[in-house]
Amino acid sequence: MFIDQLFNGLSVGSILLLIAIGLAITFGLMGVINMAHGELMMVGAYTTYVIQQIFAHHAPQSAGMYFVIAIPSSFLIAALLGWGLEKSLIRHLYHRPLDSLLATWGISLILQQTARLIFGAPNVAVVPPSWLDGGIRLFGAVFPYKRLFILCLVLAIVFFLYMYLTRTRAGRRIQAVTMNRPMASCLGIATQKVDAYSFAIGSGLAGVAGCALTLLGPIGPTIGTYYIVDAFMVVILGGVGKLAGTLLGAFGLGLISTFVEYSTSATIAKVIVFVLIIAFLQWKPSGLLSLRTRSLD
Amino acid sequence: MKPVLMCRDVVVDFDGFRALQGVDLAVYPHEVRFLIGPNGAGKTTLLDVICGRTRATDGRVLFFSHDITKRPEYEIVQMGIARKFQSPSIFPFLTVWENMELAMRQDRRLRSVLRAKLTGEEKEMMAAQLEKIGLLDERHRLAGSLSHGQKQWLEIGMQLIQRPQLLLLDEPIAGMSAAERERTGEWLHEMAEHCAVIIVEHDMDFVRRYSKQVTVMHEGKVLCEGSMDEVQQNEQVIDVYLGRGKNACCASGM
Amino acid sequence: MNKRWGYWLFFVALFLAPFYLTEFRLSLLGKFLCFAIVAVGISLIWGYTGILSLGHGVYFGLGAYCMAMYLKLEASQGHLPDFMEWSSVRELPWFWKPFAHPVVAIAAAIVLPTLLAALLSYFTFKNRIQGVYFSLLSQAVVVVFVTLFIGKQEWTGGTNGLTNFSTVFGFSLSSPLTQIVLYWLTAAVLALIFVMTRRLTTGRLGKVLIAIRDAENRVRFLGFNPTVYKVFVYSLSAAFAGVAGALFVLQVGLISPEMMGIIPSIEMVLWAAVGGRHSLMGAIMGAIVMNTAKSFLSENYPDLWLLLLGALFVVVVLFVPKGLAGIYESLAAVRIKEKRGHECEARVDVS
Repeated sequence: MFIDQLFNGLSVGSILLLIAIGLAITFGLMGVINMAHGELMMVGAYTTYVIQQIFAHHAPQSAGMYFVIAIPSSFLIAALLGWGLEKSLIRHLYHRPLDSLLATWGISLILQQTARLIFGAPNVAVVPPSWLDGGIRLFGAVFPYKRLFILCLVLAIVFFLYMYLTRTRAGRRIQAVTMNRPMASCLGIATQKVDAYSFAIGSGLAGVAGCALTLLGPIGPTIGTYYIVDAFMVVILGGVGKLAGTLLGAFGLGLISTFVEYSTSATIAKVIVFVLIIAFLQWKPSGLLSLRTRSLD
Repeated sequence: MKPVLMCRDVVVDFDGFRALQGVDLAVYPHEVRFLIGPNGAGKTTLLDVICGRTRATDGRVLFFSHDITKRPEYEIVQMGIARKFQSPSIFPFLTVWENMELAMRQDRRLRSVLRAKLTGEEKEMMAAQLEKIGLLDERHRLAGSLSHGQKQWLEIGMQLIQRPQLLLLDEPIAGMSAAERERTGEWLHEMAEHCAVIIVEHDMDFVRRYSKQVTVMHEGKVLCEGSMDEVQQNEQVIDVYLGRGKNACCASGM
Repeated sequence: MNKRWGYWLFFVALFLAPFYLTEFRLSLLGKFLCFAIVAVGISLIWGYTGILSLGHGVYFGLGAYCMAMYLKLEASQGHLPDFMEWSSVRELPWFWKPFAHPVVAIAAAIVLPTLLAALLSYFTFKNRIQGVYFSLLSQAVVVVFVTLFIGKQEWTGGTNGLTNFSTVFGFSLSSPLTQIVLYWLTAAVLALIFVMTRRLTTGRLGKVLIAIRDAENRVRFLGFNPTVYKVFVYSLSAAFAGVAGALFVLQVGLISPEMMGIIPSIEMVLWAAVGGRHSLMGAIMGAIVMNTAKSFLSENYPDLWLLLLGALFVVVVLFVPKGLAGIYESLAAVRIKEKRGHECEARVDVS
């Protein structure tokens, strides 16, 4: 039973990480909380749905392959949307975190309603590819392939992100701007461009999260709101500015909520986990790992 | 005479970088102490530690024999230390008058603020203070719309009306015109009638003109203390602070 | 001085409403006045103090549920409430029992939200967690409570909430006279809360709050402890929301977890944003105007309403940050300039 719960916790954690990672990048970089992040996930999920439908109707023999196309497509479409959002709206609200919170909330409502108008309000089921059915039997427990896939996907993404941030010039620019924006600007880094493409990357990752979510159940216009608050908790808990913090925060939260839920109930678990978060913040107000600066402000 | 402020072996360590490496300082009542030194010497950090903005890693800060090393900023201020920052930090969306009202010496607990009402006496005092800093006519203007120099004065006014016993000034004449600087210098000695002042400054002319006692800091420690003349003769100071320019002159063959 | 007259006129018009509004419209207005009460609190914490709470629905909901529990017990007259019977509950839970007394219900409707707010705000502000982080935490509280209330349907009525009330203090809730009295009560509470908050904000407290909003650290260096002030106004605004919830449930006859969730909480913020968060009267107007619009639009064009809501957020934040009150003030300032014939930097504010 313990192994079961452990795996569940890791699985929940991996999903949280997938969702929160894009948020952590944009928040760490620009101090913008993107309330539409959940809807960008939804966009990725619906993209997957559409692609699956296309394959089902036009290429039913390779129906299982749709997923391979769906992942990069979800990334691209969500990234494009995010990039557009940043250029048209977010950049005007730099330095005003509360206002960008509200404005992106507005965008989230618009996106949700648009999805409702296009696809209808009820949830739709995306048929998962057949090669992900079933699972491995180990130590007397079943580890579903779908969840293993998500776990691997997340770890791959974290790895690539780490490589990107530390080995490429563009990635290092992102790090520089995150750590010290004025200085980076003085050194000639085009901070506005960095904002734009890192927002795009963060949004793209949300899209991939949405794609992954289609494996776990039906998706609908409100799927974003379901996960977004937990994603925020991961960012708050994990701290801002360091990938490792988000990693720890996500898996920590996933494991803790799974174990608490196992001993009590889903409802009570939410209460307990929240109280634990508040208690934790007393000890470490800036989260598990964050960039510490000398200044008070 | 008992010192107003005593720093004993104050150490500040920022994750490995030692901004202050054991600073001893004693400031006496009615003193105007200038704190000078090259950039990075730790002058501002020392002010930060005194007023509670930065926590000292080690050492003690005593204000009239009260240990204030670990107290939060607002308590330290209530005890009688006022700090002026490098950039004007007045409240832009409140009027000049309102800024002064908040700064005025008063009981700052919630229950007093809820019942607070300006008495005639307080209004007169505020008006007199505003007159002194030349902002009486602007009292209903939003503080954010004042000129840079006026903002500096407003802030000085806000410090004065707090009637502190120790005033910490960080480069107060930055951005001021020559006339404004003279006025500030005159005030400094007026202020000294009511409280002790520690002032961080870079403008050597100003320091020379208005100082009696100068403390030179370098790399987180106090290098030497004395009058400006004494300090300027000190070998170490010349080496470290005033002497670099001399060497550079020689090196460039002038 | 025209401000004072304006306020008097407004409240007199409110009190005379039963004489010129239909029963249906009056009940709508009564509902909107409850929302206006919440909006005053939001203006106080957001406009004046800079605290953006995305979770005020919780306090509204708690107040409403407290009153609803009393009404439910009144309706079932000594028996178990209907929804409990349907959930196979044998006995009234111990925490329901005190709510048979109206005084307990009213007191709880005010005290419980205040206590929750005080706890949350104390433990966050004390650690200098503010701005966006606090907003997100306030939202998480909403999720926790909504989940709790939906999950524990044998205690709270679940997703359906509490409804099917009959009487209050022995008076029938469906009688027009009771409705009118409840309306007057709501209007009176709004007036009281408005006057009280206005006194707070025009006094020294208002200035301290604005200072905290604009430069919290600087305020510390004046000797004020910002945590105490923030906890105070936040808890006060929660008390307002609790009272509003109680009055709401009396007039509308229903409370469900949906009404205190994330979406209603963010709508509350929008009322203050549209009306002008820096102005108490602006917030009141914002609540009334927005809800009137919602009432009209969501019935006739339900799909359009959510799009409009979203667009409104973007537009208000980008282009009209001072809301309706700001527009009014600019017009008033223009008139003053024309009157005086020269530039004046004096601040014109509505309240």
